Amino acid sequence: MSQRLNYIDVVLWLLRIGIIGIVLWGTFAKLFLGVGNDYSVGNWIDFFISGLSQGSLYALIALGYTMVYGVLFMINFAHGEFFMAGAMTTTVLVALPLEEAGYINEFPFLSLLAIFITAMLVSVGVALLTERIAYRPLRRAPRLVPLITAIGASFFWQYFFRGLYGSSLVPFPEFDIFDGKYDFGFFDIQKTDVVVLGMSLLMLVGLQLLVQHTKMGLAIRAVAEDKDAATLMGIDVDRTITMTFAVGAAMAGVAGVLFAIVFRQLNFIMGFTPGIKAFTAAVVGGIGSIPGAAIGGLFLGIIEAVGPPLFLEGLGIPGSHQLKDVIAFTMLVLVLIFRPQGIIGEVLSEKKA
Amino acid sequence: MTQLENFKHSIQMGLITGAIVLSACLIGIVESFDQRDVISEILSLGQVMLYIAAPIIAFIVAQKQKSVVNRVIHGVLSGAVAAVPTFLLILLSLWWTSIRDAFVNVSPALIEIITVQNPEAPVIGGLTLIALFAGLSLIGIGATFLSKPIRQALMNGLGWTMIVGLMTEILVNVLRPRLSRETMDWLFGRSGINLTPALILVVGLTLYYYWWAQGGKEQSAKFRENLPPPVRTWGGRTLWLLLVPIVMILPSFLGVYLTEILNIVGLYILMGLGLNIAVGLAGLLDLGYVTNFAVGAYLMAIFTSSSEYGLTDPFSFWTALPICILAAMFTGFIFALPVLRMRGDYLAIATMGFGEIIRVLARSDAMAWLIGGAQGILEIPKASIGGSMASIFGSILSPINNFLAQWDLFILQVDGGQIIFGKPPQLFYLVILACLLMLFVSRRLNESATGRRWMAIREDEDVAAAMGINTTNAKVVAFTLSAASGGLAGAIFAAKLGSIYPTSFQLLISINVLSLIIVGGIGSLPGVVVGALALIGIPELLREFAEFRLLFYGVALIVMMLVRPEGLWPSEAQRRELSSDHGNLSQPNATGV
Repeated sequence: MSQRLNYIDVVLWLLRIGIIGIVLWGTFAKLFLGVGNDYSVGNWIDFFISGLSQGSLYALIALGYTMVYGVLFMINFAHGEFFMAGAMTTTVLVALPLEEAGYINEFPFLSLLAIFITAMLVSVGVALLTERIAYRPLRRAPRLVPLITAIGASFFWQYFFRGLYGSSLVPFPEFDIFDGKYDFGFFDIQKTDVVVLGMSLLMLVGLQLLVQHTKMGLAIRAVAEDKDAATLMGIDVDRTITMTFAVGAAMAGVAGVLFAIVFRQLNFIMGFTPGIKAFTAAVVGGIGSIPGAAIGGLFLGIIEAVGPPLFLEGLGIPGSHQLKDVIAFTMLVLVLIFRPQGIIGEVLSEKKA
Repeated sequence: MTQLENFKHSIQMGLITGAIVLSACLIGIVESFDQRDVISEILSLGQVMLYIAAPIIAFIVAQKQKSVVNRVIHGVLSGAVAAVPTFLLILLSLWWTSIRDAFVNVSPALIEIITVQNPEAPVIGGLTLIALFAGLSLIGIGATFLSKPIRQALMNGLGWTMIVGLMTEILVNVLRPRLSRETMDWLFGRSGINLTPALILVVGLTLYYYWWAQGGKEQSAKFRENLPPPVRTWGGRTLWLLLVPIVMILPSFLGVYLTEILNIVGLYILMGLGLNIAVGLAGLLDLGYVTNFAVGAYLMAIFTSSSEYGLTDPFSFWTALPICILAAMFTGFIFALPVLRMRGDYLAIATMGFGEIIRVLARSDAMAWLIGGAQGILEIPKASIGGSMASIFGSILSPINNFLAQWDLFILQVDGGQIIFGKPPQLFYLVILACLLMLFVSRRLNESATGRRWMAIREDEDVAAAMGINTTNAKVVAFTLSAASGGLAGAIFAAKLGSIYPTSFQLLISINVLSLIIVGGIGSLPGVVVGALALIGIPELLREFAEFRLLFYGVALIVMMLVRPEGLWPSEAQRRELSSDHGNLSQPNATGV
């Protein structure tokens, strides 16, 4: 669309130059002028690895956004709540009773299996209910309508689970096998970070195989491409959409348990911020694309972890670690403004523009 | 459907209802609403919420059956099944004694309710509950035999009676000084209305609604038409004029607590009117509206506060107010520029991103030197009028106040040569003035050329551009004007509270405002008022709601989109559009064109 007014372009260019200038100046000041704290190489690696582990969590959650967007072109605002529902339920109903019975450290792997499976089942259940009630009847409605019901569903689930399990923080039990760290000389890695990274990688690869090499994956891709043509090919579109929600929610359930393992404090509001961040990750990577979600998640996690000590501290901003959410949200807005198709997603956004 | 499938369906429906009932119990709605009575000491809101499931599901199931026997069988079956999940909860709580560690709301009080006040013998109590549900489903089955108008009239009568019952506390507050003790005792019990007036209310309202549906509407319209023309026009105008004194005495009539609620509602109306320009008229879904509210509030704080964050020579409220509004408009303008080219959901997410950035920044140490960080800004003075203006107002107001004093009423009061908009009844006049101003502005905008441009963009941006509308400019103007009202609300909010903290500017405010305009009816000005009263006013009134407010918001948003996407009070344009969508050709167009 041609624009008669160019002042928007001027503003956008100023914004671009401003942001790049800020980041470059902050980095320069940090690295060469020595503003702020002095970090060793080991510190930087620590930041990087914690960012990587956080980012892989974002990636797992982002898969749900990206898959649903891929087939329905809707932002499933309630996805963060699927994540919370699985983590909360499995912690309260499985993990804590297991801990009380002493099974957690006696049979750690079986306990973990039970915890993961419960989380996935609950997340999937919540997701399917949401899809059935709040999204499916509105599939032909204008695009803003399902966004509004998604916001409604998000609030509903938050306060539903608050009613169920109360508003106080729920502790996740401590696993002995995750205690401690691997020492690499000048830096070390928390065992929990290794678990998160490994598990996320496993799920990502599994999902990629599922989508690329199974009948179900083929159906999902066909529906994402063209619903009507898929129907003509004998694909049950409703069922495929349901499966898409289920797969995305299962990933969110896994991410919820990993989140619980790392942060060990859960409450009903825990899905909101990771949800928004994961959506950012999905957009950054290119919404609709599974590898994009993975790349976007890792990228966001690393920027969030390295950004505050690097360029924000370099600018001499006090309490820069408080601003990591600002970095994430700024990235969200910037990507939406300048590159809505994300890093690798191109085809989809063209189609939907 | 075969007989077997029929039974399967009835049981299935019963179980779904049962799951909803069980959830309501588990998340604590039943228990916490049990503390509020609809009919004094006979029926609590919690009981209503628990028991209403049986007749509703029985009605839905029975309606599908033809013969009387089948209706009764299936209705009772589904009603009884609806109690089964709750019965299982009772059994579970017997076996798992520490159930409260997981489900915090399964309290003894809840067990007492779901065992029908028989917690010593829970199994018998649970069976009683099933029997009770089966019995209550007969009401729903009975309703299937009534004709539709009677049924609807009855529903309206029961519904409104329940609302009156819930509002008892307020009614008592308002009526106690004005009615005799005996009348009050007859009307109201310790909590809720008494049975006799409730029954009278149900019957009266039902009859009224029945009459209204059976031609009363036409009759009253005809009556109005048959009035001689001068009476008709002037009668209507007089009614409107009568509203003015009624609104003026409202604060003293309602009391401090209710006026405070009205003030909060008023602030949300202001924000709703503002957001309505962006969302309702221009179709730009803005989820970061709280930004404008925050800008207005923080600037008011900085310009008028006498604390360390304020100016050395603080401005008065009235000087700062236009600055706040202009600053909010400027923020709206600045934030609009980069996001203009986005559409629909991307725009919504980007504006939400802005809102969150502002909130995190306001809380952070990075901005603390200017706006106080998490500690916020204190010592913001109340808005006030002093000097000669106050004495002029005083000379007008004091005779009216003296006159009203005989009924214990008053309007705006001048105190020691000053009018201070501090206490809720005083602030009310400031809020209502702002609301009226914004209503006027919105109304004019609605009908202006700019308003029509926005609506064209809302309907189809490409077509609007093709028609020669400068969509970029129109959208910038929409965001800018929409922000003004948010800034105004924020400024009043800051002066109202006297201190502001970043926690007051959550995403929740944006969601609240968006919800209220959706529930009221997108693009409709009366809809904003209705939406604010329904979503902000009612939860403030029913304090038990507070905990579940957002749960109900969520449900309201979903149900509204599914059942009534045009809102409670849709705008004229939307109403016409929707009725033509349904192909309602048999009826002549109401506008006659």
